[in-house]
Amino acid sequence: MSSVAERIAAAGAGNAIELRGVSRLFGALAALNDITLTVRPGERRAVLGSNGAGKTTLLNCVTGDFPPTKGTVRFFGEDVTTLPPHERTRRGLRRTYQISLLFQRLSVRDNVYLACRGASRGRFSLIRTRSSDAIMQSVADLIVLVHLEQVADRLVGELAHGQQRQLEIALALAGAPRFILFDEPAAGLSPNERGDLVAILTALPPHIGYIIIEHDMDVALRVVESVTMMHNGRIFKEGAPREIEADPEVQQLYLGGGHG
Amino acid sequence: MALSDTGTARRPIGLEGDAFSRWLSQHSPTLLLGLLLVLLPAAATDFVLDQIVGWTLVLGMIALSLMFLAGYGGMVSLVQMTVAGLAGYSITVLGASSLPSISLFWPWWVAAPLAILIAVAFGTLAGALSARTEGIYTIMITLALASAFFYLTLQNWSIFNGFNGFTSVPAPIFLGVNWKSPVPLYYLILFCAGLSYVAVLYVSRAPFGIALQGARDNPRRMEAIGFNVMAHRIAAYAFAAVIAAVGGILLVWLNNQISPGTAGIQATIDLLVIAVVGGLGHPIGAFIGAFIYVILRTFALDALVAVGLDGRRFQTIIGLGFLVIVLFSPDGVIGIWRRWLARAASSRRGIGR
Repeated sequence: MSSVAERIAAAGAGNAIELRGVSRLFGALAALNDITLTVRPGERRAVLGSNGAGKTTLLNCVTGDFPPTKGTVRFFGEDVTTLPPHERTRRGLRRTYQISLLFQRLSVRDNVYLACRGASRGRFSLIRTRSSDAIMQSVADLIVLVHLEQVADRLVGELAHGQQRQLEIALALAGAPRFILFDEPAAGLSPNERGDLVAILTALPPHIGYIIIEHDMDVALRVVESVTMMHNGRIFKEGAPREIEADPEVQQLYLGGGHG
Repeated sequence: MALSDTGTARRPIGLEGDAFSRWLSQHSPTLLLGLLLVLLPAAATDFVLDQIVGWTLVLGMIALSLMFLAGYGGMVSLVQMTVAGLAGYSITVLGASSLPSISLFWPWWVAAPLAILIAVAFGTLAGALSARTEGIYTIMITLALASAFFYLTLQNWSIFNGFNGFTSVPAPIFLGVNWKSPVPLYYLILFCAGLSYVAVLYVSRAPFGIALQGARDNPRRMEAIGFNVMAHRIAAYAFAAVIAAVGGILLVWLNNQISPGTAGIQATIDLLVIAVVGGLGHPIGAFIGAFIYVILRTFALDALVAVGLDGRRFQTIIGLGFLVIVLFSPDGVIGIWRRWLARAASSRRGIGR
C-alpha cells in the first residue's frame, strides 16, 4: 500500500458516509447521542427504530438540513459537516422526505426538470431549455422510471398521494447520485405501490448506495444488505437483515413493540 | 389562451411547439393588443397617448417588477417603487433639470445607464437584506426601506432638493428625434414596456424562472436538489430592479418632474394595489392593474363631481374597487378572466356532448 492510499483510507475515503461522534441537541433533548456510523459506497442500509429514535434527525445531519451540534460528517472522504445542503447535493448526495416536499404549483415535468437542473450547470440560465437538449431526455427517462408519464404535465398539487411519493423518488434520482437517503418512502402507499417501490429500489444501479428509513419491514428488509437499529438517539445494534430479525432484544424493543 | 396558460406555467419546458401557426393562435390576443398599441398614435390624442396609455405602460412596468418577485418568487417586495424613484432621481441629478446647482448635465447615454446601475445596485442590496425573510417580514423590511428613502428625499436638499424635488426634467434628444414630443415618447415607452413584458414571460419558462417558482413553492427542497435559494432570490431582485429602474426613468421623462411623492408611501401602496388588482398570476396583470388605476385616477374625480359628490373622494373609489376585486377574486382581474375562460370551455364541452 502506498502512503497516498493509506492517507486516503485514513481520511475515510473508503466510505460513502462516515459519521464520527455525531450528536444533535434540540434544547435539552438529545435527538442524536454520539453516533458513529460508516456506510460503504454502493452499500444499502436500513435504519430502523421506533418513533423518536432519531432516524430522521440522522438523515438531516447527513444532508445538512439540521447540522449536527457535535461531531463530523464525511461524504466520500470529504468533511461536509458545515457545508450547506445544496453543496452536498452537488457532490452527489440525495434525499427523499417523509412528508412529500414537492413544488405543488409546477407540473411533474417541471419538478423533475428542476431536480436535473439543480444537479447540473446553468441553474441561473435566462435561456430556455430546448426539447432537444440532453437534460430533457433525462427528465423523460426519470418520469418513465417512476411510472408518471401519464400525468407528466399535470400540476403536482393535483396528484394522488402515491404519485407524489413516486415523484419524491424521481427527484432524488436526478443528476448523478452517488448516495441516497430515503425517509419512509413507503409511507401511505398501497400494497401494489409498495411492490413498485421495491422494484424501483432494487433496480437502482449497483454503485448507488442508500440508507432507507422504513417502518414497513417487508419493504425495508427486502431492499438492504445491512441494518442499523436505533433507540433513543443511539445505535444499539448493527447486522445483516436475517440477524436483526432473529435478535430477541430487537424483537422485544421494536418488532414486538406494535410497529411490525 | 395567452392569459390562461402561463402564470403557474404548465406548458412543458422545451416543447417549442411544432408549428408557427400554433404559436400564432396561442399568442393572438397578445399580438392583437400589441398591434393596436403600435397603431394607436394614428387615432388617439396626445393626452390619451401619454397621460392614459403611456402612464399605464410605465406604471405597468414598475408593477411588473413587483409581479415578477411576488408571483414567481413569492416575495412581496414593497421596495420596487423606491428602485424606480431612485433611478428617476439619479437621471435627474446626473442629467439635466431646472436646477444647475445640483444637476450635473451629463449626456443621457452616460446618465441613463448609470442611473439604472445605481438603482439596480440598490434593488439588489434590498433583496439581499430581505431574501432571508418570508411573508410578512419581507413586506416589513421592504416597507422600512421605502419609508427611509421617502424621508431621505423629503429632508435632503443637497442632492434630492427636499420637498420641492425637480421640475423641467427633459427627455433627451438622440437619433435626431426629440423624445420629449408625445409620439416618440409614447413609442419609447411602448418599446420598453413590450420588451420587459416579453422578457418576463420568456424568463418565467427559462431555468432561472422555473427555479424561482420552485423556491416559491418549496425553498427547502430547492436546497436539497442543489440550488442556492438565497443567491437565486437576490438575482431575482436584481432582474426585477432593472425593469423598475427603466420604468422609473421613463416616469420622469413622462412627467418632466420628480419629487418625494413619486416614490412615497402612498405611491408604494398604490403599486401594490395595482399588482394585486391586476393579478399576480401572469405578467399582463401588472398592466391591467395599472390601466384600471390610471382610469380611476384620471376620471374618478370628474365622475364624482358629475354625480354631485366631493371630487376629493377618488381615493375612496380606488379603495372600494380594490376591496371588491380582492373579495371576489383573490387572484385579481386575471383570476376572473381565467375562471371565465374555464367556464366558457366547460360549457362548450357540454354543448358538444
